[in-house]
Amino acid sequence: MAAVKSSGRAAVNRLAVVGVIIATLIFLAPIYWIASTAFKPRALATTVPPTVLFQPEITSFIKLFVKRVQMNKPVDPEAYAAAPWWEQRIMDNGERVLRAGNSVQVSGYPSRFMNSLIIAITSTVLAVGMGTFTAYGFSRFRVKGEADLLFFILSTRMLPPIVVAIPMFLMYRAVGLTDTHIGLIILYIAFNLSFSVWLMKGFMDEIPKEYEEAALVDGYTRMQAFFKIVLPEAATGIAATAVFCFITAWNEYAFALIMTNRRAQTAPPFIPSQLGSGLPDWTVIAAGTTLFLLPVAIFTFALRGHLLRGVTFGAIRK
Amino acid sequence: MTSLATKMDSLARPAQRSGLSDLGIRNLFIIPTVLFLIVFNIFPLIYSLGYSFTDFSASANAPANFVGLRNYRELLSDEKIWANFAITAKYVIISVSGQMIVGFGLALLLNRTFPMKGLVTTLLLLPMMMSAAVVGLFWKLLYDPSWGIINYALGLGDFAWLSNPDAALFAIAITDIWMWAPFVMLLSLAGLSAVPKYLYEAAAIDRAGAWYTFRRITLPLVAPILLIALIFRTMEAFKTFDIAYIMSTQPTTEVIAIRLYKQAFQQWDTGKSCALAYIVLIMVLAITNIYVKYLNKVKER
Repeated sequence: MAAVKSSGRAAVNRLAVVGVIIATLIFLAPIYWIASTAFKPRALATTVPPTVLFQPEITSFIKLFVKRVQMNKPVDPEAYAAAPWWEQRIMDNGERVLRAGNSVQVSGYPSRFMNSLIIAITSTVLAVGMGTFTAYGFSRFRVKGEADLLFFILSTRMLPPIVVAIPMFLMYRAVGLTDTHIGLIILYIAFNLSFSVWLMKGFMDEIPKEYEEAALVDGYTRMQAFFKIVLPEAATGIAATAVFCFITAWNEYAFALIMTNRRAQTAPPFIPSQLGSGLPDWTVIAAGTTLFLLPVAIFTFALRGHLLRGVTFGAIRK
Repeated sequence: MTSLATKMDSLARPAQRSGLSDLGIRNLFIIPTVLFLIVFNIFPLIYSLGYSFTDFSASANAPANFVGLRNYRELLSDEKIWANFAITAKYVIISVSGQMIVGFGLALLLNRTFPMKGLVTTLLLLPMMMSAAVVGLFWKLLYDPSWGIINYALGLGDFAWLSNPDAALFAIAITDIWMWAPFVMLLSLAGLSAVPKYLYEAAAIDRAGAWYTFRRITLPLVAPILLIALIFRTMEAFKTFDIAYIMSTQPTTEVIAIRLYKQAFQQWDTGKSCALAYIVLIMVLAITNIYVKYLNKVKER
């Protein structure tokens, strides 16, 4: 009887693992498809039936970074022979690289990518910095109305972006902060600060008070104890919080759509705007998307031990 | 940082040990953050509360006229706004229930030992870390009626997912389920792994059936954490903007956040959109309140 039951359980287990494999394949298929489209020649990106096997090429990434126009007459063979290999790849698709004088015109993508990096990194550093101090304050000292204050702090994160964006847009317009890096950085700090306080408070609560108390007895000031004892202990937590804040700022769309249009525009509103009208070149959009998703994919693996904590604002550990 | 540290060193002598008092440090650490949040979150909301009682338009040069509660009265009696709320409710129900079922199902499948479990779990979590705007964009490629792989894989011919008024909301919800079922899975896995093994052993000794064990042991013990996932996802789905805005222009997918965006930044009906923003805000704060209560409850355990 027992043997029957345990073999039954083994069968269930095997079946479940098969289910896991199928589910994983289904979940990863969209990501695989967009990444593989980035390496397809344009003619194979939108075929029926879909092309699965192909010779990968990087033309789409070249196109992503240069400005180009459709050619209205066939390319001159001499000019084709004289062009560097990567320009030939673009000419093969009936397009020509735009030049100003002798230099190749750069597309809008690199500057949007840089904007995303600058804004996400700066806002992360500041949000995590302030959040760490505040979390320590809440973790170690008695604060009147602590629960209410913490609820207030968290509730600012729950505000729908569009609701905050309407008055912020009016205020930014009045002081000239629309379409500036600083404007978006401030918004992202405000958005991430509450998260950073909550997450860091969880990490701070886990550092034994006795560490600092011992340091205080040894003649350290409270500040010294904080910088020399607590901060090093909290390093892992700070790193995890920073990665979460970075990803949030990196992915943010609504504020960026409303507050920026060119100079400080980040990648999320820019990439869909490439769809435009007419026949979009999906290989280029796929290339832009793949490059944009890559940092997030890497960070997800780096964060894997902290994901649960991050998505529950530090309430549930493991 | 270094300069601060050296400054601290010079203060380290016992005679000057006091430095900043604990009270001073507490205030120094907490007050700037609270002030920052008040200035950049609460102050704008007060500002827009004022505008919600006016007929102000941010694109016109005309000064704002006080109109009292007219904006609120008009909004609450506007059938179109109620239609937007109805679409939002439908979206929340489809999307969140899909996420709960798929996410909890995945967690049940994953809740055993097998090779490369950590890798598989992390891979499954990838979608929720991505930008909703970009996810919406590349799902358009997958949903394309003539050459998208979804129609090809399901043999649906040239079914137009996103330009069919009846299907578009479902198509967006499916994308949202793909993105956020992993979130429910992550929380459920934590709940499942916290169920004590001996309960299952005791159930096995009592020859309890699989369904009975699931209903009487697994589900009640995982329920609190599932509830957290449910409330959090409900709140987020209620606020949905990016994914729906990118994927479809159908009026049948105009959730309340999109309505709000259009009213504020395309029609420039600023006063009225401030009023609508307040109606939405009150609803979100109500859900947030419930969420935080449950979060604290689970935390205590």
